[in-house]
Amino acid sequence: MSLLEVRDLKVHFPIRKGILLRRIVGYVQAVDGVSLSVDRGQTYGLVGESGCGKSTVGRAILRLNDITAGEVRLDGTDLAGLSTGAMRRQRHRLQMIFQDPMGSLDPRQNIESILGEGLAAHGMGGSRRERRKTLIDALDAVGLSANALARYPHEFSGGQRQRIGIARALVLQPDVIICDEPVSALDVSVQAQVLNLLEEIQEQTGVAYVVIAHDLAVVRHISDTVGVMYLGHIMEEAAADDLYAEPLHPYTKALMSAIPVPDPEVEAQRERILLTGDLPSPANPPAGCRFSSRCPWAQSTRCHDEIPALIEVRPGHRVACHWVEEIESGEIRPHEVEAEMVPASEIGVEIPTVEPPAVP
Amino acid sequence: MTVRREPATPVLTVEDLSITFTQRGAAPTRAVDRVSFEIGAGEVVGLVGESGCGKSVTALAVMGLLADRNVEIGGRIAYAGTELLGLPRKRMRDLRGADLAMIFQDPLSALNPVVPVGRQITEMLSRHRGLRGRDADAEAVQLLGRVGIPDPERRLKEYPHQMSGGMRQRAMIAMAVSCGPRLLIADEPTTALDVTIQAQVLELLKDLVETEGTALLMITHDLGVVAGLCDRVNVLYAGRVVEAAPRHELFGNPVHPYTTGLLRSIPRMDGDRGVPLNPIRGSVNDLVAWADGCAFAPRCDRYELECLAGTPAVTELPGVDHEHRCVNPPGTPAVVR
Repeated sequence: MSLLEVRDLKVHFPIRKGILLRRIVGYVQAVDGVSLSVDRGQTYGLVGESGCGKSTVGRAILRLNDITAGEVRLDGTDLAGLSTGAMRRQRHRLQMIFQDPMGSLDPRQNIESILGEGLAAHGMGGSRRERRKTLIDALDAVGLSANALARYPHEFSGGQRQRIGIARALVLQPDVIICDEPVSALDVSVQAQVLNLLEEIQEQTGVAYVVIAHDLAVVRHISDTVGVMYLGHIMEEAAADDLYAEPLHPYTKALMSAIPVPDPEVEAQRERILLTGDLPSPANPPAGCRFSSRCPWAQSTRCHDEIPALIEVRPGHRVACHWVEEIESGEIRPHEVEAEMVPASEIGVEIPTVEPPAVP
Repeated sequence: MTVRREPATPVLTVEDLSITFTQRGAAPTRAVDRVSFEIGAGEVVGLVGESGCGKSVTALAVMGLLADRNVEIGGRIAYAGTELLGLPRKRMRDLRGADLAMIFQDPLSALNPVVPVGRQITEMLSRHRGLRGRDADAEAVQLLGRVGIPDPERRLKEYPHQMSGGMRQRAMIAMAVSCGPRLLIADEPTTALDVTIQAQVLELLKDLVETEGTALLMITHDLGVVAGLCDRVNVLYAGRVVEAAPRHELFGNPVHPYTTGLLRSIPRMDGDRGVPLNPIRGSVNDLVAWADGCAFAPRCDRYELECLAGTPAVTELPGVDHEHRCVNPPGTPAVVR
């Protein structure tokens, strides 16, 4: 059994209308049947574009969002079924690193207070002296010195603040750390420092990561297994090397071909699959395969009627597409797709907890 | 519109541009320090660097969008032979939008939220091209169609918040190209967009440059975007160009330790996964004033004492149009600290 197992997780947010009655007029199916598992010392990478539900999965694992259906098992205990109090006692085993290192640190708390809060809340850390020792060790692990304790978040650079965010997660010695866009707010030269740091920490402590990011290159670098999400579904899941060597789902192919590579020779030769149109609204996803409205390989009418299951097509490589083999053998050729407009009324829908993409 | 090719004078010439922000009671901050580059018609020039390196300020200076007070601008900015610095405000207003246009990073804050997108475009058309009423509307529809917005007639009446991020960025590009500018400045045009939408927008910009012969100044921190789009690349660090070369030369033969450091620190889609990344140590805050030596020295692996002996001179590599500002480039034995 894996350390963390998510089975058929669903998170649906109600859409309410009206002022007094707040009638529920529909649901945003932010996450709709996601399963994944992570072992100790392993990293699961979750990639996808904004609004695909990847952050909601991360938050639901920590129960920061209500879970509509499904299981989140940590060492066999189903977190989804726990009472609030029992969940709170489990939470020190699961920690989170947030995207915006400034927004996630209280500007009026000094670093000692920020790092020590978790220990105090869980009654851990022992005496004041022992607690201080724990904090200094955590700072040391992220490459900051002990004199940081008395300082405030604004005195640090973006990269250092993200290190503090990592130290805060480490203090409680968690089993799993959810990293939600851990480097996207940082400058490129600093991104690499933080990625290397995360890897070092994993080697030393054996912590498991769930890394949520929109940057496929970052996810590929740090993950053992990668899941590609689109509109609340996992479309493809495989070992990082396999996925990048041989992407099988049309969406993964398009996503990977859209990422610019810093090498003009490679750029000149690369075949691009240019997707038309925007992501459909998660409040009104296409029937059948979620990707069918933008898929250059979509076949009528099966793709529009039937939701494809995530099936293992190669060892350890699972794909949710009806026509994987036919596309691979070239039997089905890509065709032009009309850009479909997302009706304006749907874009206005308020989707909780979906952050805008990073703006460095 | 006619295709213009390789005129004698470049569309934009920036020479020794320096921008200093002054504030009473504080030491002046030099954001841009003697930056020079040129852009010809149909050419794409990239300004690359991390936050705070002066790339956006350079763009604002070219557009004449910096405040008059507390800013000192030195050097020269010329558009097709016309000096822009010191140009009367009225003349600058005629040029801005018509001949020089800019695309901003965040279309939601760059567009007016209470004015329909169509009116924001026709405003440009009436100001610079004298188009009114139905003519202006028809032109705006055509422009929105040109940038790949489906159903442009309907979109004309919509407000920015009713559009998705990619659509908004397209609408802003439509505004920018509405008067057929000869110089387009794109400041991080795809940073706020998802990768599949980024690919669409980059394709659109590439197409505009090819068909209209627009000169494009591309400002970005993403070396991947540069590799696919720019003809010539200027790498900025702490306000100075530390390396400049044609695209293939820069990526094939990077010389300055900052450029090589950037290239080595990015995880690549086609790279080797097991190898740890090579980050540049420290952050942009670890700085030496350019007057005292190389600003990058505190973060550099090849740092030597002579790096701190005054501003490093520009070295030109013979025959390849490649210059850099490194005292101790690779090839000479490095001193290990």
